[in-house]
Amino acid sequence: MAGLDFKATGVKEREDAAVVAHNTRAGVVLFIVYVVFYGGFMALSAFWPEAMSKPFLFGANLAVVYGFALIVAALVLAMVYMKVCRKSK
Amino acid sequence: MIHETSWIAVLVFLFFAGAVLAISFYLGSKAKSASGYFAAGGGIHWAVNGVAFAGDYLSAASFLGICGMIAFYGYDGFLYSIGYLAGWIVALFIIAEPLKRLGRYTFADALDNKFNSRGIKLAAAISTLVVSCFYLIPQMVGAGALVQPLLGFPHYVGVIVVGMVVTLIVTTAGMVSTTWVQFIKGTMLVLLCAFITVLIFFRGVSTKPTDSAGREARIMKRDVPVAEVTTGATILPEEGGWIGKPYLRVKNETGEVSVWRKEGDRLSEAQTVTVLRDGRKLVNGLPRGKNAGEADLAPVGYVSRLPGGVEKTGPIGPFGFLRTLQDSEVILWNSDRITESNGGVTTVYYQNPTPGSDFMAPGSSPTFKKVRSAKLFDKLDFLSLMLALFCGTASLPHILIRYYTVKDQLSARKSTVVGIAAIGCFYVLTLFLGLGAMTSGNLDVTDSNMSAPLLARSINEFLFAVLSAVAFTTVLGTVSGLIMAASGAVAHDLMTNFLKMNLDEFQKVRAAKIAALCVGLLAIGLGILFARMNVNFLVGWAFNIAASANLPALVMLLFWKRTTKQGITAAIIVGMVSSLAWILLSAQAYKDVYGLDPARAIVPFSQPAIITIPLGFLVLILVSVLTSRQATVRTEPQG
Repeated sequence: MAGLDFKATGVKEREDAAVVAHNTRAGVVLFIVYVVFYGGFMALSAFWPEAMSKPFLFGANLAVVYGFALIVAALVLAMVYMKVCRKSK
Repeated sequence: MIHETSWIAVLVFLFFAGAVLAISFYLGSKAKSASGYFAAGGGIHWAVNGVAFAGDYLSAASFLGICGMIAFYGYDGFLYSIGYLAGWIVALFIIAEPLKRLGRYTFADALDNKFNSRGIKLAAAISTLVVSCFYLIPQMVGAGALVQPLLGFPHYVGVIVVGMVVTLIVTTAGMVSTTWVQFIKGTMLVLLCAFITVLIFFRGVSTKPTDSAGREARIMKRDVPVAEVTTGATILPEEGGWIGKPYLRVKNETGEVSVWRKEGDRLSEAQTVTVLRDGRKLVNGLPRGKNAGEADLAPVGYVSRLPGGVEKTGPIGPFGFLRTLQDSEVILWNSDRITESNGGVTTVYYQNPTPGSDFMAPGSSPTFKKVRSAKLFDKLDFLSLMLALFCGTASLPHILIRYYTVKDQLSARKSTVVGIAAIGCFYVLTLFLGLGAMTSGNLDVTDSNMSAPLLARSINEFLFAVLSAVAFTTVLGTVSGLIMAASGAVAHDLMTNFLKMNLDEFQKVRAAKIAALCVGLLAIGLGILFARMNVNFLVGWAFNIAASANLPALVMLLFWKRTTKQGITAAIIVGMVSSLAWILLSAQAYKDVYGLDPARAIVPFSQPAIITIPLGFLVLILVSVLTSRQATVRTEPQG
């Protein structure tokens, strides 16, 4: 093909269908866990905002603690995902 | 508020910009192929790419907008931090690996991998261009807002300088230099913010904050009896827009007009900025300036009451800091616009003492106040914005193209985890930075975007210089990533794949560079045109459009085998057009863009994602089912 072949560069990764299916399933399960957690935050903020201003942990209110927990949970779940994902042989 | 030009800031900025350009030229000399230009040859280390993710993502809106929103309104700014970070979960768990598996250089490649459809190529390229341009606008507006008070230049100068430097970066080396710029910026931003946060904890909270030179902040008067203000002064009559408003205006012997807000039988001091019909500005009734006979706005932002009635806390830990503010009262500022009888417009900034229990919970800002409303539509607005932030990240073209710069899926995963760690750290810090700025005594009441740099200035002038320079590179980095994505869409998706132009490798890279130049010029123009618009609002637009146009197509392509090329094309177009139309017909657009009465807006709430993302999915499913049936009917007689 004349010029640059955009589909020819790089070595294509070898893929194992079972590994791909396993990793996809792990991703979806962890995604659902986080969506439930995030959805809880949205629902509390929208429908019970007064609960969010109550002190919850070390004197910080629920809004702050839940917010931090969502950020930490994202990192923890990302590391869990790294651990459970398999690599194609 | 007039900010004196900081020559240290200018020198540090020039050093940073020079260093960034030097890296670009050096790396540009090494990247000659299209693979090198668009995807850094797939050879970027995952750790570098992960930090570069943070550099790409932590835009002017993240850095300046969120800190400013927290400094002005409290916890509500942190909602953006939570939403922006949560979006990475969609990127990591759902999109990262399959996208790396499917794509080559651009988002359109991934979508089109299975079908080789010109319709998908065109729709995806247009979507990339539209989202990139919308995301570019707030970055450029942010650039101008930074330059104006920092260096004393007009807004448009900042936009032009940033636009030119970025276009130079992108046209010199492409993805390699863009990645390294992002890596340097991401690292510096997170480390610097962590350092400032530690300094905030050491400084503690005080009812009389001092600046870096030890000068105490001016505490505005409150609860003053009327007689104390009016004795020996002239009370100005109520006229024009002042009629019926809760203000008392008095003029002293020097001509300075002080405006006081009536609170029962007491008064509290306010500040005013008047823009006359000829464009001149008055502050508190005097020409704006620092000389005799001129006036300038006073810096604001301090605690009016600490727990236990103490004046200062001394050094304090992270939770102690949050607990203290939650039990304190802080003077926040609201504004009121009044049209004068002579045609001028006066903005009154007045004190709003707010308890920590109020501003440390959702709903204290104009953007999110509707969350405390009893109306369902108002709550939908909040939920829709949080949904857009959640779904938008994984749909941003300049984030998606970064998955092609690493060598394999494992590296893509590792990069994303490093990115989440760096971005998560930064977003935790934004709460402390914003609250630190809120109580620093050094805020500009007219410009929330300057809160983080001014917080640094209240601690140390050199820190201010470095932070400002990093803020500039923040804008540079994000804009270069966006221009990169847009130029890829034009040169690769439109010219090569859709129009089937037969260009050699050199011509293709040159076409991308010309496209980058054009998008850069467009960004400069849009940045100047939208100078008056709220940065966070514009980012919300970009996230809504990206999520509505791109997410349904990406997710269904990866998880639904019956997806057809017509379904993908229709979902992208319907998602993009419907979200754009909804935004342009919303109350916020009526108010901020057209200057019309927001009550006349056609759509019931301003953020479309909660409607337009499901609409995209629905259209994709319907069109895919219909077109797969047609294909079956067509193939049956032949079989």
